[in-house]
Amino acid sequence: MSQVPISWFLTLSAILFVLGVAGFIFRRSIITMFMSIELMLNAVNLSFITFSYQLKQVDGHLFVFFVMVVAAAEAAVGLAIILTVFKNRQTLNIDEVNSMKN
Amino acid sequence: MDVILFLVFAIIAVLAAINVVVQTHPIASAVSLIGVMGSLAVLYLLLGAEFIAAAQVIVYAGAVMVLFIFVIMLLNAGAEARKGRSFMASLLGAPVLIALLALLAWFVERIYPEGMGVHFGGFTGGSPESIGHALFTTYMLPFEITSILVLIAIVGAVVLARKELD
Repeated sequence: MSQVPISWFLTLSAILFVLGVAGFIFRRSIITMFMSIELMLNAVNLSFITFSYQLKQVDGHLFVFFVMVVAAAEAAVGLAIILTVFKNRQTLNIDEVNSMKN
Repeated sequence: MDVILFLVFAIIAVLAAINVVVQTHPIASAVSLIGVMGSLAVLYLLLGAEFIAAAQVIVYAGAVMVLFIFVIMLLNAGAEARKGRSFMASLLGAPVLIALLALLAWFVERIYPEGMGVHFGGFTGGSPESIGHALFTTYMLPFEITSILVLIAIVGAVVLARKELD
């Protein structure tokens, strides 16, 4: 019987989430950090779909649907913010955007 | 067959995700992220989520990533500078993340010790019909609030990106 254990899906989701966290921490470009956030959202979506399969309920799919809508809205606003930051400072390096630091 | 399908696309997803993190050029990261999203769409199909798989390809791999690549090209973003790395982050970052991954995997293995299997066709509730039914009965209020959220996001993006009129 060729069945994929459900823990494999959840472990894949954990691996993708940790890679997203690593990208968010180690990278210094604002755009790449933003893409790492999208990677984390995708990892969590995979968990939702897997639990939906396990419980044989459709509610997890609805949650993923809402996460997608929120991610699209977040991408539109976030990229507009990145455009404004670049217009004001001519840099995409997060270390140079530090006017709130001191 | 299902195991082979899972392994192939899981390996593609993990390799592309590693590529997202290690590439220095944003365009390379963005294209790798599209690879992650495409292989996740195949895994969604394996889990019986047809509508979500289609939405993943259209909304994520299509709309959102096109927006990202648009902005990268508009800003003419090059490879990022490798300077000013935090000493603590380079020392502690990788071990802490591996510990987090080990903890998550340990919990998953504790909660699901004997493999209850996933096979194609094991769950058929992910059709557009059932999702639409749930969306317009149980999840009516969140759906309407979502439309207001998207409206606010449109207005916010326009206000943020407009030219100053002075």
